[in-house]
Order: sequence, then C-alpha cells, then structure tokens
Amino acid sequence: MKNLITLLLSLMWVGSLNAQEDLLQELEGLEEPQTNYAYATFKSIRIVNGHSIEMPAANELQVVISHRFGRINEGASELFGLDQANIRLGLEYGLTDWLEVGVGRSNVRKTYDGFLKLRLLRQSEGERNFPVTVSYVSGIMVNTLPWRDETRDNLFSSRLSFNHQVLIARKFSESFSLQVTPTLIHRNLVETIEEPNDVLALGVGFRQKLNSSLSINVEYFHLLTEYTADNFEPSLSIGLDIETGGHVFQLFFSNAQAMTENLFVAETTGSWGQGDIHFGFNVNRVFNLKKNR
Amino acid sequence: MNKIVCILITSIALMATGQQVFAQKIMTRTGHIWFSSHTPIEDIEAHNHQAMSVLNTQSGDVAFAVLIKGFQFEKALMQEHFNEKYMESDTYPKSTFAGSITNLSDISLDKDGEYTAQAKGTLTIHGVGKEVETTGMLTVTEGKVMLKANFPVELADYEINIPSVVRDNIAKTINISIDLSYE
Repeated sequence: MKNLITLLLSLMWVGSLNAQEDLLQELEGLEEPQTNYAYATFKSIRIVNGHSIEMPAANELQVVISHRFGRINEGASELFGLDQANIRLGLEYGLTDWLEVGVGRSNVRKTYDGFLKLRLLRQSEGERNFPVTVSYVSGIMVNTLPWRDETRDNLFSSRLSFNHQVLIARKFSESFSLQVTPTLIHRNLVETIEEPNDVLALGVGFRQKLNSSLSINVEYFHLLTEYTADNFEPSLSIGLDIETGGHVFQLFFSNAQAMTENLFVAETTGSWGQGDIHFGFNVNRVFNLKKNR
Repeated sequence: MNKIVCILITSIALMATGQQVFAQKIMTRTGHIWFSSHTPIEDIEAHNHQAMSVLNTQSGDVAFAVLIKGFQFEKALMQEHFNEKYMESDTYPKSTFAGSITNLSDISLDKDGEYTAQAKGTLTIHGVGKEVETTGMLTVTEGKVMLKANFPVELADYEINIPSVVRDNIAKTINISIDLSYE
C-alpha cells in the first residue's frame, strides 16, 4: 500500500514537471490525418525547353520570354552566337489548379502554338500516398511561313504539328526531382517521303537544388523513331534556374535552338560533340489576376 | 444503498454545475491564427483556421500547435515560397507554444468576464525554440472561454532567412494574431 502511494506521488510529480509537454502531446493526438501533396517539384513550368509538371495556380498568369542565341562555335565574329537570336513569347494561364492553357509565338518558322496541360495525379504522402505526379500536355503548332511553292494545292492542315506528352515526375527529396516524359510528335506534312509523320521520344529531366533559390536542371530527349534518330540529334540541355520572388530566370546551354516541341524534340540538328551549342534563357514572370480566397 | 444514491446525486450535481470540476482541460482545433507583414512595398497576410490548443483550467498550462502548410495566402506562389524557402515546412511542419498562464489567480474562468492573461513559455517556430512572454485577452461568456492575443515575432530570432531580393517586400518583424474559442 505504502509503495503504491509512493509510486502514485512520484508519478504525479513527474506529471506536473512535464505537464506542458504533455499538453503538446495531447494536441498531437487531436490532429486529423493529413495528406501532404508534393509542391515545388521544379522551380519553373519548364525544365529547360520542355514542360515540367509545374503549372500556374488558378487565376495565375505567367509570362514567358525565351531567347535562344546562335551557336557558340560560330566564334568571336558572331560573338559566340549572341549576334543572332530566336525568340518565343508565351502566356500561360491557370484556369484551375489542375488545368492550364498556354499560347506562344516563336520566330522559328513563324510558329504559333497553343496547348493544354492537365494534372491527372499528384504525388502525396500521409493519409493518401501516391509516388508520382502525372500530367498530360496536348499542344498544336502552326507554321505560318509563306508557302514554299504557291502553285501547289496548299492546305492549311499542312501547317499543323501536334505534341502529346505524359509528364511523370517525382520529388525524391527537398532538392532532387526527376521527370520522365514520353512524347509523341505528329507532323501533318514532312519534308521528304522517307521522313515519318510521327516521332516518338522519351524525355528525361531532373533538377538538383544548390540552395533555396538556385537549381541545376538537365533535360534530354531520346529519339525512339529510327529515321529521326539516324538523321537528327537528341536535344540535350543543361542549365541553371534562378528564382527571385515573382521571377524565375533559366539560363542554359542546349544543342536545340527552337522552342516548340515539333522542332526541338524532332528536328534538332546541332551536335554537342561539334560544339553546336546555343546559349539561351527563359524569363518567367508571375501575375495574379484574381485574389484567391 | 443510501450512500450510493448520495454519491450519484452529488456527482450529477457536480456535472451539472461545473463541468470544469471533471474536465480540467478545454481545447479546440479550429483556432484562427494569422500573421501579417507590412512594408511600404507590400502587405502580406496568411491565415490558418486549424490551429489546435489545449488549456488546463486548473494549472493554467496552455499549449498551441499549428501546421505551417495550413497557412493560406492570397497568392499561391507566396505560399509555395513560404513553405519551401522560408519556413522549410517539410523539415519543420509545425509551430508550437507550450507554457502557462502566470496570473491564473486573477482569472476566474467559471465567471463571465474579460481577463488579461499573462502567458510565459516556449515558442517554437522553424525548429527554433525561444522563451517568450506575452499577454492575451481571455473572455468568458456563458461558460465558453475565448482567447485573443497578438504579438510580434522577429524572423531573425527563429533563423528564418529572407533572401536579399525580397528583403524589401517582407518585414523583419511579423505580427502574429490568435483568435480562438475553447470547447
């Protein structure tokens, strides 16, 4: 009996000592199970040239200004490619948190492009667990150069190319994310009879954060269609993302100089081995068109 | 037999008159905690309506916990940067306060009224715990206890680093407000 009282008393003493900590523990018991969705898998809506699974939030507008300079191996007289530049102006808007629409205009073949990006699944842990984020991109590109041969029976449909991509990404850790991007490009009209209309490619991209504002990004599109793989180069880009509040600056080197999928995936001619490397950048600015809440 | 009836009646009477005799702890998990940052360039505000708190009405011990990811900003991008870059909420998912009301003798929580409560304890933000003292307002209406408080927090005290490019947009001292009613 005496022992029991001592035990109880000592328990009470320990209890009062840790009362505040105990209260915190009690609060933990009150917590409802949470589902934590992966966020900030990439800094930008592009890994380099290609789409990342990031997208504008609902009612958010992103203005993307992209430049690709000439080839570095053109030497000093061309200021290592800086004398010449390709440009794309793009707008991307979040209709909802899981659906965005984008448009752009690039000077390469005077191309207008439009696309939808739809997020299908989200990486999450906690109450709901899912290993990857999956999005689907469907795009159309319109070449608006004057017809090469006016005497032919030229159809508008001949100007069109299409891009279908499934983006599968995982944020492995706070600093490392990887994306695999199966890609199908369809050209309604191709240059020669041997050239296939459909080009399959497998994109792989990753980012490694250096600190909270900087990351290294690498993007590679492996060509799976034989003819294209034999006659063109796979695009490989290596760059740095710099994030500053509402802007993301992406600076990189790439063997691709075009900014639409039909060209940089399926028609890249530059070779890293021969120094056909282009310096380029994307500037990304976020505008909030409507306040949330 | 009489004894048992006596005990029963007493306990029922106690239950009816003073819930606190049995339940010394009152709690909530729908507390409202928000913070604001004011600079000439930008005003930023974020709200969390799922703050949890428990108050021991006998000892005056009080605890708060709030999930950092539950703070809602006007701009999604701000919310992302807040979690990813400043609060590192994957590493430090929660902010807590554990302490006690030091002037509990001046407060009678079973009587309607407004009381100024002084609290002292450890505030943990971004994984850094600091001893703090602050005052709050306890309001009792029809047995229901409500708490309002307001206090400043220096970001540097909690090792929250703001990069130089946005240093003018985010105040060095953030004002934190609490408004909750215990059940």
